[in-house]
Amino acid sequence: MTTLTDPAQAPARSWVDPATTAPAPTLRETWEQTLSLAGRALLRMRRNPETMFDVVVQPLLFTAMFAYIFGGAISGDVSSYLPLLIPGILGQTALTACMATGTQLREDMDKGVFDRFRSLPIARIAPLAGPAVADLLRYAIAATLTILTGVLMGYRPGGGVLGIAGGWLLVVVAGWSLSWIFTWLGTVARSAQAVQGISMMIMFPLTFLSNAFVPVDTLPGWLAAFVQVNPVSHVISAVRDLLNTGQVTGEVGIALLGCAVVVAVFAPLAVRSYSRKV
Amino acid sequence: MTSTPPTDLAVDARGLVKTFAAQRAVFGVDLQVRRGEVLGVLGPNGAGKTTMLSMLATLLPIDGGRASVLGVDVARDPHRVRRLLGVTGQYASVDENLTATENLRLFGRLLGLPRAQARARADELLEQFGLTDAAGRPISQFSGGMRRRLDLATSLISHPPLIFLDEPTTGLDPRTRGQMWDTVRGLVAEGCTILLTTQYLDEADQLADRVAVIDHGRKVAEGTPEQLKSSVGSSTLQVRLADAARTSEAVGLLRERAGLAPSASPESGAFSVPLTEPDGAADVLLLLRDQGLSLASAALAKPSLDEVFLALTGDRTTRTETMRTETMRTETDTSTEEVA
Repeated sequence: MTTLTDPAQAPARSWVDPATTAPAPTLRETWEQTLSLAGRALLRMRRNPETMFDVVVQPLLFTAMFAYIFGGAISGDVSSYLPLLIPGILGQTALTACMATGTQLREDMDKGVFDRFRSLPIARIAPLAGPAVADLLRYAIAATLTILTGVLMGYRPGGGVLGIAGGWLLVVVAGWSLSWIFTWLGTVARSAQAVQGISMMIMFPLTFLSNAFVPVDTLPGWLAAFVQVNPVSHVISAVRDLLNTGQVTGEVGIALLGCAVVVAVFAPLAVRSYSRKV
Repeated sequence: MTSTPPTDLAVDARGLVKTFAAQRAVFGVDLQVRRGEVLGVLGPNGAGKTTMLSMLATLLPIDGGRASVLGVDVARDPHRVRRLLGVTGQYASVDENLTATENLRLFGRLLGLPRAQARARADELLEQFGLTDAAGRPISQFSGGMRRRLDLATSLISHPPLIFLDEPTTGLDPRTRGQMWDTVRGLVAEGCTILLTTQYLDEADQLADRVAVIDHGRKVAEGTPEQLKSSVGSSTLQVRLADAARTSEAVGLLRERAGLAPSASPESGAFSVPLTEPDGAADVLLLLRDQGLSLASAALAKPSLDEVFLALTGDRTTRTETMRTETMRTETDTSTEEVA
């Protein structure tokens, strides 16, 4: 049944001379390793299509649900609520979509294959960045479906095609950036369930205590103060500006800056705790 | 060992320390593996074998002491060390979601092989490890033995000069174990250096040039399997009496008259007598004949590695006494399960 190593057939060994090997992976190697691991994550998505359930169903369900429930109360009717709501839902779905990044990473890390990643001469960030890159697909799907649902319900973005493209891109970038928070959580939490639980606790205040569903001036002062500093509010305001007016406002700058800060803080934290994990 | 210059060492660890909660800690272990040699690290579960290997493989930070792999410092240059190592863990570390081919290609790419070369190397390894037929199947459908083979194949993609095998046959059936052993021998023939941990004595006996016995995070013995065996006493006389009922009489006689420490075997009428010199066997047999205790059989043998292992990893304060007692003797036959 089994043929085993036959030394005579084995290829000539190319011995590695330790002195000639690089002390650390180059940037180019890091990028290639990240892409290889992103490829692995995509294969995994294809084999487990149920992991895409959230980004496919949530945009449809939440857009319709929130529009018909809150539309009349907040904006008088559904179609005048949509310019406020769609960017809000976009911000929310980006956040929930990247929440799954942490849970899946934790599940993955509990399996043996991560032990091998750790023993390989690859960049420490690659096993974390690979799935993050693959998850861009998830944010893209979520953003596309949300905008489409809105349009089907009568939403006519004032920003035109360029505005839509800009808003879409910002949502994808924001999802990717925020996912590093959950990646970090995935590396520090003990189990996938713990990641899930903590993620929910972060996700709910961040999305509902924002300007996603209601105008800020309807809120009491103390709550409005929190909503103003909530980074998700800035992302949503920026998306609103892009979608509804097509203008690249200061909010877009603040949102991008916020995203950059999140990545700059949480990516190194994640790599650090991943490298130390026993 | 003292004559070996340090450059000939594939692994050179001095005073390795890992402090954890009680179990699995390592307290100052020295370990030297020469190039081209198979060093077996033998010890019961929780002795610190895997912890030690993980430190050498850069998977765990070293808390004390220092280690180098083929002259590269493990703590200072982890990336270089990883380039020199193939590590096969206790649990198959391949991706469950991918097929065998996809796994090998992925790891080939990660190790820097160009796409075409990664494909070629994957096919080559599948062939070499008898996995060609299963190449397209997801790993979740693989048997334990197949997973281990794929795991080992994955470790060999980059032709690493040094291979760490952490309990490569734990949980495998005897036939698959034998195949794994053949594979390891093949690697040795190619010139690989291998550091292997095992809790199976016969595995160390079969594969290792030298054995280091680890217990409670300390190295308790080191040497060739032969050296270790002779350290327990040069030989054992195994005796079976024609009249099983007189066994205890014979044991008592040898204890009192010859000052020996015979121990009864589980087999009825049989006992074994540890001897410092093989020549002592004649005295024992004469003494038995003088008392009219006739023999069914008698055999002089070297002690097994099992006896060495139990002697070395037993309670160290009393081990010289206990290893000769009956309880130890009866445990010997099941030692691999007992220590597991």
